[in-house]
This record gives sequence, C-alpha cells and structure tokens, in this order.
Amino acid sequence: MAQPLLQARGIVKHYGHVEALRGCDFDVYPNEIVALIGDNGAGKSTLIKILAGSEQADEGEITLEGRRIHVGSPFEAMRLGIETVYQDLALAPDLDGSANLYLGRELMRPGLLGRLGFLDNGAMRAGARQAFGELGVDLQNAQSAVANLSGGQRQSVAVARSVAWASKVVFLDEPTAALGVVQTGRVLETVRRIRERGVAAVLISHNMRQVLEVADRIEVMRLGRRVARFEGKKATIEQLVSAMTGGIAEEGAA
Amino acid sequence: MTALTPGRARAIRLAIAVRLEPLAERWRAFSATRGGGLVARTLGTNAAWIFLLLVALMVIFDILAPGKFLTEFNVRTMAENVSVLLVIAVGETFVMATGGIDLSVGYVLLFSGVTSAQVMNWGGHDPTDSGWDVVLLGLVVALGSGLAWGVLNGLVVAKAKVPPLIATLGTLGMSWGLAEILSNGQDLRYLPRIIGDMGAGRVFDEVPYVVVVAALVAVVGAVMLNMTRFGRYTLAIGSNQEAARRAGINVDRHLIKVYAMSGMLAGFAAFMSLAIFTTTTISGHANDNLQAIAAVVIGGTSLVGGVATVVGTTIGVCIPMVLFSGFTILGYQSFWRDVAVGAVLILAVYADQMRRRRRERS
Repeated sequence: MAQPLLQARGIVKHYGHVEALRGCDFDVYPNEIVALIGDNGAGKSTLIKILAGSEQADEGEITLEGRRIHVGSPFEAMRLGIETVYQDLALAPDLDGSANLYLGRELMRPGLLGRLGFLDNGAMRAGARQAFGELGVDLQNAQSAVANLSGGQRQSVAVARSVAWASKVVFLDEPTAALGVVQTGRVLETVRRIRERGVAAVLISHNMRQVLEVADRIEVMRLGRRVARFEGKKATIEQLVSAMTGGIAEEGAA
Repeated sequence: MTALTPGRARAIRLAIAVRLEPLAERWRAFSATRGGGLVARTLGTNAAWIFLLLVALMVIFDILAPGKFLTEFNVRTMAENVSVLLVIAVGETFVMATGGIDLSVGYVLLFSGVTSAQVMNWGGHDPTDSGWDVVLLGLVVALGSGLAWGVLNGLVVAKAKVPPLIATLGTLGMSWGLAEILSNGQDLRYLPRIIGDMGAGRVFDEVPYVVVVAALVAVVGAVMLNMTRFGRYTLAIGSNQEAARRAGINVDRHLIKVYAMSGMLAGFAAFMSLAIFTTTTISGHANDNLQAIAAVVIGGTSLVGGVATVVGTTIGVCIPMVLFSGFTILGYQSFWRDVAVGAVLILAVYADQMRRRRRERS
C-alpha cells in the first residue's frame, strides 16, 4: 500500500485521571474514505479533535505526507489542508449558502473598493455554485438563508464548505446523525464525491450499515487504542461489532 | 376638503387597508420568486411591512387632520427631530445584529455633549465668537468621548464576557453619573455661533443640514452592513458566534469594533444635538436608548442577532415620530405614542419569533 497521507502514532491524551487515548495509532491513505468506529467512550472524537487541532496530544506524533507536523490550532490544521465538519453544524443560519461557504475567507472586490472592505458577492456566488455543483448539492435558491434549507441540505452545505477548502483530509464527525433516510443518502453521496476530488475523508459513524456501504477501509477503536483494521468491502457487521466490543485480540498484541 | 365624520374616517381607513393588503401580498410573492437583487431582498423582509405601516399612518393622519399633518413645516420638524435618534439607532443596529444590545447610547450621548461643550468653554471664556478651530476641537472631543465609552463596552462584552445587557447598563450609569458630576447638573448654554448656524442651516433653504447628515450616516451604515466584510462578520457573529470563531474570524476584536462604532456614533449624535439645541439638554436624553432599541426592533432586526437592516431601522425611527406628531396635532395626549410604540414593539418581536419558529419546523 502507498505511503499514508496522514499518520498518527502512539497518541496519548489524559483528561485529569481519565486516559482518553492510550497510545492510539491511526492511518489515512490518499484518495480513500476511511471510517473510524468504536463504542461510546472509545476515544474517536478525542482523536479527531487532536488531528484537527482543537485539542493537543500529551504524547505521540502526527505526520502528514511523511513529514512530522504540529497541529496547534484548528487554523493551523486548515492551513495544512485539513478541514472538519462538526457534529453541531458550524454554519451561520441567517446567511446564505455562498456566504457560509466563504465565511472567514471572503473574496473582496478588486482595487480600492476591496481595500475598503467591499465584498465580491458575484464571484463568491459563482464559486459557491461551482462548489455545490461538484458535490451534487442541489440548492433551489442559493440566496436563501441556510436556516430555510432542509436538514440534509444544511449538512451538505457544511460538508461542501469543508471540502471546498480541504486539500488533504476532511474529518466528518457523525455527519448524518440527525438526518432522515433520503437526506442521509444525499450526504453520503457528497462524501463519496470528496474522494473524486483527490481528498481523503474520515467518517465517524455509529451506523455499521452506512460504514460498510461507503468506506474503503475501516479502523476500529476500543478503550483509547486502535484494535482492528478492515477492508471496507470484505468486513461484516459481526466482525465490526466483535472488534468494537473486545471479541477479538488487540491489534498490537496479535 | 369636506368635513370628516368618524364614520367616514373609518371607511377610508378600511379602504386603505384593503387596498394595501393585496399589494403587500403580491410584492412578497414577487420577491420570493425572484429571490435576488438587493432591493427585492431588503423589501421582501419585514422592512416592506414596516414601510407600508409608516405610509398608512401618514395617510391616516393626513385624512384625520387635513392640511395640518403633511405640511412642509411639520414634515421638516419631524425629520429634524428624528435625525439625532437615527444616528444612534444605526450604531444600535450593528450592535443588535451581533446579538448584543447597547443600553448606554443615550447617556454616552449626554456625556459626550457635556465634555464637548466644556472643552469649547475651556477656561470660562465665552465661545460664542469662536472660530472653526474650536468647533472642530469640540467635534473631536465628542467623537473621542463616545468612542472611549464604546471601546469600554466592547472590552467588557468581548473580553470580560459580561452579558451586553449588564455591561452597557453599567456604562449607562457611569456615563450618566459622570456627565452630571462634570456639569453640576447645569446645562451649558454658550456654544460657538457656528455650531448653532450649522444646526439651523438648510440645504436649498428646505432640508436641514442635520437631516442630510443623519441620512448620510444611514446610507453609509446600510452599505457597510450589506456590502462589506465588516457587515458580513457582524451578521455572522450574531447568527452563530461559534461558527464565526471556527471560520477564523476574530470575534472578540470584531465585537469591540462594533461597540466602539456605536459609541462613536453616539458621540457624533451628541454634536448634532448641540448644533440643533445650542445647549447640552441634560434632561433630554433619558429615553434615547429605549427609543433607539425600539426603532431597531420595529425595523425588523432580530433580537437574537443575525438579521438586520438599516433601512428598517430608519423606518423604525420614523414611526414613533409620526405617531407623536399625529397624536399631538389631533389633540390627543402625546403619551399615546408610547402606548402605540409599545404595542408595535411587541408585534414586531412576535413576528420575528413566528418567522424563526416556522423556519425551525421546516
């Protein structure tokens, strides 16, 4: 297999006396959708927070394309091409899709007007149309406030926002947790298209069926460590559940 | 015009309402299908309704008091009387767009007016014949005083994380107290003649300078809110502060800027007030803050932030003025304005809540 795009080795994280991560490893390869699964409290969210820069590891190292990196903040992660879609939708509901896509990265008018702080809304709308189009996000009215969209469309905007700016990896923490069947399908379709853009996607999910449906690879965590890895197409739900609950030996010990 | 019986007046009012209703409906449908264009977007919102309300009120008062309400003199007086309030309401619009509130504006205005007048009276000399240098100094002091209070508000809200309601209630008391201490509760009545001339002057002998200046402030405010990054960040923070932070926006710094702007506009309004009344009018600003907040809310700005229009605020400033003038001309006690404004305020917030609830259900 090729060199991992993003690699974590021996990550340790304490919260007071609680050891959330106990020497956790994790690999993401280029152009893949890798699912990260595990029971509640296995440390999935903590690991993602560390890789996305919103928490700092106590021990361990992270490499991106073979080079060791330090992710001190979410902004450093963004600069490295790593974006995160948060569980609680980090969107501004009163702004439209294009304003949300470009939030914090607004395009300014050229020349003096731009220096005075004038936005280039036309260019942002065109860019948003293209970005949404590529990811198959269908917004009937691109200038309608995000709050007026359905839950699935809103999640798609959040995903599109991350994907549009990510050049390396997108983390998706339970992106379909609050969605209905049709909307879930639409978001998963968007996740699939991330791969077509040459970006890797890391999907955290509790839904085994969903994981088997979209993931190229599956990494399983239990009690703060990685305990198993599967090829997405070959794994069964029974295997995954057994790995999550300790039915098989730990990877390191095997 | 023929005599107006109560029955006829009611019939006319009904006729107006019946005619305006489908018009508003058609406009909403039109702007909903179009969805684009700055004008359509602005008018497709609450602002359209508020504007219709303003027009309807003016028509009603004109019918009930023919030849008295819509006179050149009365319209000019109303415009002049709202100009100071409009300037602080524009600043308040930005603050409320972030989901905050600035209760201190009226007393910051008072404080800034006192410091500005005192500097122009420096050393006890009569500044009546002073030149532009003294006037300019007075303007700078007014702006600086307002800015200082605004920055303090911003720091307390953004850095000390004190809720805006309490933070600005605190600076309200502080600026009020200090203004009374500095002035000994006495109005300063001696100001450079140039200032009074500015307050009384009119463009083409028709439109008072202060009205033009206030309108310019509103236009600049509307452009900033709708077309610049400053406005976009303001609305984004009001809409979801955490999202703005995660998007890399320096939320604290932006909040300080917004409160600073509100304070500075209050300082500017203080200078305009000096020009109009040629005195510090210490007792005249007790309700400015609530009037400004009412105007902003009536104008369709959401109390929880994220949605705001300066156009709406401008109309929201005018409605209480029209009610006040209309009731006075008709011989009712002008306090009916306060009753009516209170009711309109509740209706405006209710409409905002309904809109949000409808949205959340979808």
